[in-house]
Amino acid sequence: MTLRAYVISRILLTIPMIFILLTMVFVVIRILPGDPVLAHFEKNVDPALVEEMRVKLGLDKPLWAQYFDYVFGVFRGDLGKSMYDYSPVAEQIFSAFPATLELAISSMIIAALVGIFLGVQASKRYNKPVDHTIRIFGIVTYAIPVFLLGMILQLVFGVGLRWLPVGLRMNPMLAAPQGLTIGALHFSTGLYTIDSLLEGNMFKFVESLRYLFLPSLTLGTVLSGVFIRLTRTNMFETMRLDFVTAARARGLRETTVTYRYALRNAFLPVLTMIGLQFAALLAGAVLTETTFSWPGLGTYVVDRINFRDYTAIQGAVVVFGILVSIVSLVVDLLYAYLDPRIRL
Amino acid sequence: MMGGSSTKKNMFSRLVPLLTSLARRGLAGWFIAIGLIMVIAIVVMTMLAPWISPHDPSAIEMGPLLSPPSSQFPFGTNKLGQDMLSRVISGGGIMIQVALLSVVICMAGGIPIGLLSSYTGGILDRILCLIMDSIYAFPGLVLAIAIALMLGRGVVNMALSIAVVYVPSYFRVIRSQVLSIKEMAYVEAANAIGAKGHTILSRYILPNVIPSIIVVATVNFADAILTAAGLTFIGLGVSVDIPDWGYDLTVGRTLLTTGVWWVIAFPGIMVVLLALGFTLMGEGLSELWNPRLEQ
Repeated sequence: MTLRAYVISRILLTIPMIFILLTMVFVVIRILPGDPVLAHFEKNVDPALVEEMRVKLGLDKPLWAQYFDYVFGVFRGDLGKSMYDYSPVAEQIFSAFPATLELAISSMIIAALVGIFLGVQASKRYNKPVDHTIRIFGIVTYAIPVFLLGMILQLVFGVGLRWLPVGLRMNPMLAAPQGLTIGALHFSTGLYTIDSLLEGNMFKFVESLRYLFLPSLTLGTVLSGVFIRLTRTNMFETMRLDFVTAARARGLRETTVTYRYALRNAFLPVLTMIGLQFAALLAGAVLTETTFSWPGLGTYVVDRINFRDYTAIQGAVVVFGILVSIVSLVVDLLYAYLDPRIRL
Repeated sequence: MMGGSSTKKNMFSRLVPLLTSLARRGLAGWFIAIGLIMVIAIVVMTMLAPWISPHDPSAIEMGPLLSPPSSQFPFGTNKLGQDMLSRVISGGGIMIQVALLSVVICMAGGIPIGLLSSYTGGILDRILCLIMDSIYAFPGLVLAIAIALMLGRGVVNMALSIAVVYVPSYFRVIRSQVLSIKEMAYVEAANAIGAKGHTILSRYILPNVIPSIIVVATVNFADAILTAAGLTFIGLGVSVDIPDWGYDLTVGRTLLTTGVWWVIAFPGIMVVLLALGFTLMGEGLSELWNPRLEQ
């Protein structure tokens, strides 16, 4: 298969997956027992009020019409109106999204760096005490609820040592970073770290890093276990290959051999793992955001659970699912680009 | 469970040699033995809770509010003055029930679908694979949130919403195993002597898939516990009236900034130990049954 054929078939495969995903969410929210509109209100509400909301949200139509409205809406970027304030759900999600993205990226970086480093160390001391310790660390990070780890870090670094803030994205005394403004042109990413750099405000940059650090460390640590395991087994096998022995025989330093030769070879599985872990990352982000009052998609979902805003939750769930599909598509394509074997 | 004290005695007299033989098998054996002990200890503690708790776990104002650990209240008290030690001892019930039930539901769904799909093959297999892949790709907790929200509170509903998320794990493992076993000579032989499809599936293929199912189930247990704790944490818990580690953790979060650590520390340790027990078992079993890496 040529690379082009692979890319096309991989993209085509994503479409039915997104359809199944949309249908699944529709079935869960609209067809499973429990009427979202009725559930939104407390008991003994005026039936006229219920009817009014049904009409306003288009939930008075037959189910198949609702389904088409919903699917076409998603493709136009319309996720319906919120039950809480009738404003468009898509806009609310769009404004909460950068916070989640920033948290996700920095957590993934921490997870991959910690995981790869510990995995390499474990593989070099295979079946020795260091290896066992690192393995047990990996197992414990798998078994600890992410929000519990978050609370422990908040207690130690926030409440106890007072080194780092325990919640929010930015010092409430400071305005959110504005990004780059040249004359009438305005450019911002919504990522506070990058926007504060674009603004040229080092103080805000440091502050945004301080706020970002604990949530990212929490989520990154929980995800690092998978990377430890993967790197450990891969490196253990790679370090015994001929080209590594050859590099050693040439008198290269051990760190050069490990990180520049062997690790490079073990990198492709890690890339795949980053893609596979993205779903777990988003699930973890929901809980991490709640723990740290981080104003992203997860906090949005949890807030809306309290308001019983079913349309908003439906929209957020759809966005989570589509995000994962897109990331796994991108990772697969990157993999195909980097590994020529897949094109054969 | 077959009743009678003789079975119980038998179970315990068998447990010790089992553990010692496990411990001789290196790190993997230790993992299984320690994991098993942790899980059994916590389950037994939860079952005996009514008899061994020093106080009524739900009784308020047993002592001063938010008292730190002391000789009278070794784990302190919460903001209602409830004894945290008693709440820790009896707080595992919901989580264990939810996890157990969700694993059972998951197996009841995932195993037959996996066997059917891989054994029949063809268009049915393709469609089922696509559906399972779609569920698998979803952030599990988010899907569970949506389902739990619609089904409402309750042990069964929470177990169901967790189970849906993990059905694809069984499906995938079974499918890949069956596809390779199906090609083996002894299955071919069974086919040749005219064995029926369901006989081949249940007597020739299923027994060989069981080890993988057990490994998936242990991981599933740990995941179900963590997901149940997560659902409770964001306000979709089973009940606020029954002592529950997940609920205590949720309440503890609001007290964190005042430095009250004991309300989250002790229930937190219990959740970790329970999930850790299953994770250790899974880790050990998969290593023991998949010795490729040990060479």
